[in-house]
Amino acid sequence: MAQMLDDDPRIIEFDVRTDEMLVNMGPQHPSTHGVLRLVLRTDGEVVSEVEPHIGYLHRCAEKIGENLTHRQWIPYTDRMDYLAAMNMNLGWALAVEKLMKYQVSEKARHLRVLITELNRIASHLVGMGAYGLDLGTFSPFLYAFREREKILDLFEEACGARLTYSYITVGGLTADLPAGWLAKCEAFLEQFEPIIKEYHALLTTNAIFVKRTANIGVMSRELAIEYGCSGPVLRGSGVDQDMRRDGEAIYTAMYDGYAFEVAVMKNGHYPRDHDYPAVPADAVLGDCWHRFFVRMLEVVQSMDLVRQAMDRYSACKGPLGEPLKLTEKMPAGDAYLETECPKGQMGFYLVSDGSAIPWRVRARSSSFSNLAVAHELCRGCLIADVPAIVGSLDIVMGEIDR
Amino acid sequence: MTMRGPGFLDQLDAAVPAAVVGRNLEAIDPWIEVAPERIVDVCAWLAKSSPVRFDSLQCITAIDWLETDPKKAAKVTWQPHTEMVYHLWSTSARVSLVLKAKLPRWKSDVPGELPEIPSVCGVWRGANWHEREVYDLSGIWFTGHPDLRRILCPEDWEGYPLRKDYEMPLDYHGIRGR
Repeated sequence: MAQMLDDDPRIIEFDVRTDEMLVNMGPQHPSTHGVLRLVLRTDGEVVSEVEPHIGYLHRCAEKIGENLTHRQWIPYTDRMDYLAAMNMNLGWALAVEKLMKYQVSEKARHLRVLITELNRIASHLVGMGAYGLDLGTFSPFLYAFREREKILDLFEEACGARLTYSYITVGGLTADLPAGWLAKCEAFLEQFEPIIKEYHALLTTNAIFVKRTANIGVMSRELAIEYGCSGPVLRGSGVDQDMRRDGEAIYTAMYDGYAFEVAVMKNGHYPRDHDYPAVPADAVLGDCWHRFFVRMLEVVQSMDLVRQAMDRYSACKGPLGEPLKLTEKMPAGDAYLETECPKGQMGFYLVSDGSAIPWRVRARSSSFSNLAVAHELCRGCLIADVPAIVGSLDIVMGEIDR
Repeated sequence: MTMRGPGFLDQLDAAVPAAVVGRNLEAIDPWIEVAPERIVDVCAWLAKSSPVRFDSLQCITAIDWLETDPKKAAKVTWQPHTEMVYHLWSTSARVSLVLKAKLPRWKSDVPGELPEIPSVCGVWRGANWHEREVYDLSGIWFTGHPDLRRILCPEDWEGYPLRKDYEMPLDYHGIRGR
């Protein structure tokens, strides 16, 4: 290892000036959200350059996908963004369905909305809790996990797994909801709704939290777009884009008839669909606080969508439908589809030569693009702000390294 | 949503002459094929001057077209090659566009010599990591890239795992490969 580092010309370049220091953050640093290594080039307390090193979790899932049929690859998508595995399953399932021009039943459609939006809440709860942890406060993490646990219990009851679900699959879902599940889900929402106020008190309006996040790591909308950022990172910079509304027909059709407003600041205001605290005076659009806040708004938005989906799902009379056979052949061709996952736009690209096994599989990960912008945001910030900035991007290494 | 319409292609043809060498507007995701050496001109026009600004690069993929099974290879209709696929997105118009480019599997068909394509880092800064990943896993050399080195695999890794004829090494620093 030492030999390798000596040979790297960039590392040698790093210590040409005497008062500069190289600080290695990670790969096991608690605030790097997994195994991310950041090499900071520091001048006193000021960071002049950040170089992320990724790949510690690389499993070459794309290569594995070339050796399995489309449905067999579903469990591998679970392990990409393992905090929102339902959304990953959905992305791949829809990409295959797009290529096969397959349409799932009405009931399956609403169940998919229900499940993925519930998973979005769980993912944002981790994002919120872990962000508090990054900034040195422990309790929000525990509160967030207390609530997430209940969502995981619901998932466990629906599909048997707590983290890697493989519930949504090509052509539908592996099973229908058990009896009495909807009542439990409703009970959870009832209990969860008032708690969001506590989160706002704990973090969003907390004076220390605001000091640590407002006007830190400001990203202009042009920068966010050029780097292909997506999800709350993009919307936090004021870009009005949400694939659930702007995406491809097969994906937006899933949300047909659902009422939701994209959580983005327009004309200085966030959509007012829920009581939320005012934007602090120090916060500027595109800073860490706004990225965090968009996630908090999306929790409320997803809760609303879950309620709508529950109504529609229970109104559906028809059967759920069976998923496609494991060895169902795909037509030759290629299809690319991006879905709005909690971390951003997850794209799956599928090339088929006409058999059931894809010729080429490509996963375009949102966290990958969101992390690529980190070195621009960290330039000139303080060392203590690096975890604040990286945490605000809410990355998951499983998805970056694939 | 996807970019359709021949009018747009005419404008592209007028702005960057002779760059478009093929098209399929009936595919599920309609695509245009451009000459590899003109990819930067095309992308720069699409990102900066076209009526629909494709200001965001979503994904770069390299597809290795090589059938390793000799029985199946006798039946395929295509010659072995590498296909580059660029997925672009316009945040203002909310439409996508797919660009493709054909490269040989090896430069001048000399095994070990990586095929080359100009880097689009100058058009979208976000292309940096995507191109590093494609270089790392598929072995495409992006000329003009500011810092082209492996990103996911270790720096001393040998071979390009997403190529169809790739074989897992037997040993890596004392770790058994297969």
